[in-house]
Amino acid sequence: MRVPSRILGLALLSLLAAPTADAQQQKSEAGGEIVKRGEYLARAGDCIACHTAPEGRAFAGGRAMPTPFGTLFSSNITPDRDTGIGKWSADDFYITMHRGRFPDGGLIYPAMPFASYTKVTRADSDAIFAYLKSIPPVNQKNREHDLRFPYNNRQLILGWRTLYFSEGEYKPDPSKSAEWNRGAYLVEGLGHCGMCHSPINALGGTSQSDAFKGGLIPMQNWYAPSLTSNREAGLGDWSIKDIVDLLKTGVSARGVVYGPMAEVVHNSLQYLTDEDTKAMAVYLKSIAEPASPPPAATKLPTSESSLLISLGKTVYDARCASCHGAQGEGKPPHWPPLANNQSIEMESAVNAIRMVLNGGYPPSTEGNPRPYGMPPFAGLLSDNEVAAVVSYIRTAWGNRGAPVRAREANELRSAPLN
Amino acid sequence: MAARVEACTPCHGKDGEGTSDVYFPRLAGKPAGYLYNQLLAFKNGRRKYPPMNYLLEYLADPYLQEMAEHFAEQRPPLPASPASDVSQPVMQQGQALVTRGDPARQIPACGSCHGPNLTGMEPGIPGLLGLRPNYVSAQLGAWRYGTRTAKAPDCMQQVAARLTEADVTAVAAYLASRPAPINNAPGQKGAYVLPFACGSQSD
Ligand code: HEC
Ligand code: HEC
Ligand code: HEC
Ligand code: HEC
Ligand code: HEC
Repeated sequence: MRVPSRILGLALLSLLAAPTADAQQQKSEAGGEIVKRGEYLARAGDCIACHTAPEGRAFAGGRAMPTPFGTLFSSNITPDRDTGIGKWSADDFYITMHRGRFPDGGLIYPAMPFASYTKVTRADSDAIFAYLKSIPPVNQKNREHDLRFPYNNRQLILGWRTLYFSEGEYKPDPSKSAEWNRGAYLVEGLGHCGMCHSPINALGGTSQSDAFKGGLIPMQNWYAPSLTSNREAGLGDWSIKDIVDLLKTGVSARGVVYGPMAEVVHNSLQYLTDEDTKAMAVYLKSIAEPASPPPAATKLPTSESSLLISLGKTVYDARCASCHGAQGEGKPPHWPPLANNQSIEMESAVNAIRMVLNGGYPPSTEGNPRPYGMPPFAGLLSDNEVAAVVSYIRTAWGNRGAPVRAREANELRSAPLN
Repeated sequence: MAARVEACTPCHGKDGEGTSDVYFPRLAGKPAGYLYNQLLAFKNGRRKYPPMNYLLEYLADPYLQEMAEHFAEQRPPLPASPASDVSQPVMQQGQALVTRGDPARQIPACGSCHGPNLTGMEPGIPGLLGLRPNYVSAQLGAWRYGTRTAKAPDCMQQVAARLTEADVTAVAAYLASRPAPINNAPGQKGAYVLPFACGSQSD
């Protein structure tokens, strides 16, 4: 899906211009165009991922979202008058996106990423609303959430909001380029990247100062690396082309996406225009911290870890080298390099262990419709062998990660797969 | 294509011939339409096996079709039928259900859909040879408990629901004891008429 550059220009204008210009733009934007723009923005916000159940009708909700506090079910956001948002006005919708409240003032659970969507401009919110009004209505009642006491009391959300929610549209930074500001607007706002890429605290919230600093996603057991540390997924030393490739196609010369990030690329990022993807890349590259914390020290005694690592090399040469290369060089973009790959060296070894246990395919995207895959090794390797091979790839070829224990591999065997 | 499905072959064998794990099915030579329906069912969670549900989740349908065609085209030999430890009467019960069915209980012969030689029919009906008894029992059980479903009308669900535990053991043992036919290719679409409609066979 490509959005004509004229509309894009308008989007950029609306981002940087005063409110009066917004109003004018809305008047001049014909019905069909606002719907198209809204469709594009809904893609950028990945609304479909949460608001569609597997094999369910698009946007009719009902998708189960397990949380440490119980299961939430997403809402029907089709324009059905009885069960969807057919009776809502554009104001009602903006209040949901911007303030995280229902039209009657009720509080919305932050599993709906309004803490990010609050940055979306009124004009963009109206466009998404116009698009949602244009899709076929589906009559499907919302499922009651299944939350444990006391979390089933919505008043508790107030506490979360005080700590973690600051309402407000994105404020462009005049010292930065229009491109940088566009990237920041998408990453911090509709892209809701911070929802996963921030440390998750006990309340399920992310605090502003930790935004993009990485975290383990509860219930899913995938680690969303920090986007600001060059020791994790900070993209400071990536080329713009490699970042764009990763976001748009799911594979790149430096690394690949998998797990929840494959979902994001599949349902959302692959549909963004080249201009928007590049703007995001420019912004992401700029937020990476130049100085990074020292590497994690090994938790294992040296004798134990050297045994582990020599077993790891044996496993690697037999099982992995055919795809990832004898020196971990890979055959990019399809078989990712493991040498000098931040996502393997970072302190959390969760993702590397899970990749070995579960394997994976990057998503099919327009730029890479027929991806190559990696087999799961859960049934082929013991806990000790998994720990050994992961320890090996984290420390070989100049990689500077720490070895891992068999217990960590064992615990991740029961991580949910879907 | 072989390199693109290397993620599958540790479980299904290099040419889809199956592996020593008795629950991992052979894929080679099954009708492409059937394999494609299974891949769609795993992708959408209608058929459940978490390691496969996870692998296929973000793969495009045309790519799954290609994978299905790849394995449908492979022709590794069928495995020798394993020695069976079930009794003669059980084997005979299995043979009766497979070849004649049980009209009194409205169970059609398995062969009436899976073909006179049990090699299946294009595009959606799989052959039943070269499958191990544990796998066949597990699949029939999955239909009975609703963890495996096919496109509606799910005729195989209707058949499985009428089988008892003893029937399942008997047909699984009998099917596994059958020698490989010379020609294992599935029959042409429309080669024979099904006893009742199957959603899997509609297009
Ligand atoms: C990460 C998952 C997630 C994403 C992404 C998401 N939502 Fe939601 N949304 C939810 C959940 C869960 C609820 C229910 C919240 C509640 O009941 O408090 C919800 C509720 C809503 C509601 C309130 C509807 C009602 O009547 O209950 C609207 C409107 C809405 N979302 C719109 C959107 C739009 C537009 C997007 C994309 C820009 C979007 N959502 C993206 C999870 C999500
Ligand atoms: C649903 C949770 C989720 C959301 C939302 C999300 N990510 Fe991720 N992301 C992850 C996980 C988990 C990983 C680790 C797996 C991987 O490397 O693919 C990851 C990895 C990454 C990587 C590192 C890839 C590599 O090879 O080193 C980048 C860059 C990234 N995400 C950027 C983004 C951006 C930009 C957004 C917003 C548009 C975003 N993510 C939204 C979960 C998420
Ligand atoms: C058949 C080829 C193949 C084999 C064999 C293989 N891999 Fe992979 N590996 C891949 C592919 C393709 C990906 C990308 C998967 C994805 O994006 O879901 C990958 C991804 C990875 C990743 C994630 C890389 C990143 O950027 O974060 C790790 C870690 C990994 N492999 C380790 C291993 C180890 C260890 C072995 C041996 C036990 C192994 N692989 C065997 C093909 C292979
Ligand atoms: C971890 C082992 C494993 C991996 C990897 C795996 N499969 Fe499977 N596959 C199975 C098992 C087990 C079943 C039977 C599941 C059940 O009980 O329904 C199965 C069933 C199937 C079926 C249905 C067969 C039939 O006759 O009904 C197809 C088709 C299939 N797999 C294709 C693939 C493809 C293509 C890949 C690679 C993308 C793959 N599998 C990867 C284990 C695996
Ligand atoms: C009315 C037609 C019909 C009859 C009668 C029938 N089947 Fe089936 N069977 C099918 C169809 C169609 C499928 C494929 C379903 C799908 O798409 O998943 C199937 C699939 C199967 C499978 C799964 C094969 C695999 O590789 O996973 C087994 C096992 C099976 N049937 C056994 C039997 C047995 C045993 C009988 C007799 C007791 C029988 N069937 C009778 C239509 C039939």
